[in-house]
Amino acid sequence: MKKKIVTADHNNPVISIRGLEKAFEDYHVLRGINLDLYQGENLVVLGRSGTGKSVLIKIIAGLLTRDAGEINVLGHNYAHISEKELQELRIRIGFSFQNSALYDSMTVRKNLEFPLVRNRKGITRKEIDTAVETVLDAVGLSQTINQMPAELSGGQRKRIGIARTLILNPEIMLYDEPTAGLDPITCIEINDLINEVQQRYNTSSIIITHDLTCAKQTGDRIAMLLDGQFQRTGSFDEVFDTDDARVKPFFDYNFIQ
Amino acid sequence: MDTAPSNTPAVRKKASKLKQSITDFFISLYRINQFILRFFREAFMPPFEFKEIMRQCYEVGVRSFTLITVTGFIVGLIFTKQSRPSLSQFGATSWLPSLVSIAIMRALAPLVTALIASGKVGSSIGAELGSMRVTEQIDAMEVSGTKPFKFLVCTRVLATTLTIPILSTYTGFIAMFGGYLNVAQNEGTTWSSFIQDFFSPLTYIDFVASLIKSILFGFTIGIVGCYQGFNSSKGTEGVGKAANGAVVTAMFLVFIEEVIIVQITSWFR
Repeated sequence: MKKKIVTADHNNPVISIRGLEKAFEDYHVLRGINLDLYQGENLVVLGRSGTGKSVLIKIIAGLLTRDAGEINVLGHNYAHISEKELQELRIRIGFSFQNSALYDSMTVRKNLEFPLVRNRKGITRKEIDTAVETVLDAVGLSQTINQMPAELSGGQRKRIGIARTLILNPEIMLYDEPTAGLDPITCIEINDLINEVQQRYNTSSIIITHDLTCAKQTGDRIAMLLDGQFQRTGSFDEVFDTDDARVKPFFDYNFIQ
Repeated sequence: MDTAPSNTPAVRKKASKLKQSITDFFISLYRINQFILRFFREAFMPPFEFKEIMRQCYEVGVRSFTLITVTGFIVGLIFTKQSRPSLSQFGATSWLPSLVSIAIMRALAPLVTALIASGKVGSSIGAELGSMRVTEQIDAMEVSGTKPFKFLVCTRVLATTLTIPILSTYTGFIAMFGGYLNVAQNEGTTWSSFIQDFFSPLTYIDFVASLIKSILFGFTIGIVGCYQGFNSSKGTEGVGKAANGAVVTAMFLVFIEEVIIVQITSWFR
């Protein structure tokens, strides 16, 4: 595990959410979420399955609509944002999907080129090749450039998924369960990669997980999502230091010692 | 006193189910309508995805080419062979090319092509987009600044709309060749004589109606496949349902359209 040296700018929130609510028919997933993500910060959102963690970042990415509440992302208020503005904003937000979501009919190279070619009009072949090589180098998978997604391991797919978002130099990274379904060693490698991305690309990130090792290694701040609201927020130790019967079982401290 | 049948829980449950089914039907109808309107809104607005449309046209053509060639040839051959006994009773086998041409060019070529394309292309589009939906590839496209509807749906619908008429014309000519082989074998008719007899009963309306029909069939196959795939539910079951729904719905609509167009063109004859 590599040591993490990043300081967040607490005067500069890149994401600011107030009173966010979302329901699916009668099931209220998010009940008045308040959240600030600061420049250069890794915020880990912890919670059990089905508590609405992924819903939260999908609303931030504009994949789902909110029922109520105010969202400000990189100075754009979602209440007044046009479709065109949202599309431009999305380019500044990287989204790493739980199952990587690589385009399975394309090679790794084509997967990485796709967002670049579609968003950078007039880009030259040389610039594309350089950008692809740079991000592949950043995730340590230069040798896979001509492989198909089906030929990659779970960890490699996660890395390529992250590389595909990095190619557009995002300011914010949203990771949906980055270590889900991976072996412990690969989990540590992915955690290191998340920290490297934060340092190298100066990104601010929200990491959705229920993996406590991932939370401890990558999170500058932890937010515990319970019953549709953030019940506790702070450093890993601060969030853990509670007698709350809903939080304590989740943070079985001995589990990660 | 007995409770009136209309007030029993079973009847109420059935009535509620029926009400729900009717509501669901109209909601689906509304959604399909919105999907089609969205296609027309986005397909003809820049930027145009020419490269992807051409790629999809190639895919549609290649996927169906072999099957259409074989089926078209067999349809022409068998139709001619089966029609001969009836005509020979009246000593009218010389009418075979005309009969075959009317049947093939007016109805069989567009219909056979559309049914094959529904199975091969429609199911493939439904499964492909359904799989992309389930594995979040469509979401991935959306967050990377690409409009998935324009890139995935508009290109495929335009490709089927453009390619099915070409395939339909090809089917017509292959079926004509099948018919010719049978006629030549039995009546010893020459190629030039057959061609002359084949095209003589056809009018301008036949070609136009056949073309419009193929365009409509192509659009239907594309839009149904895309609708089913794009809106497929999560899970592998959703992919199967999308593929199956694409074939069944497209085939059903193709037959309905066939009946309507035949009726309309008959008014112009």
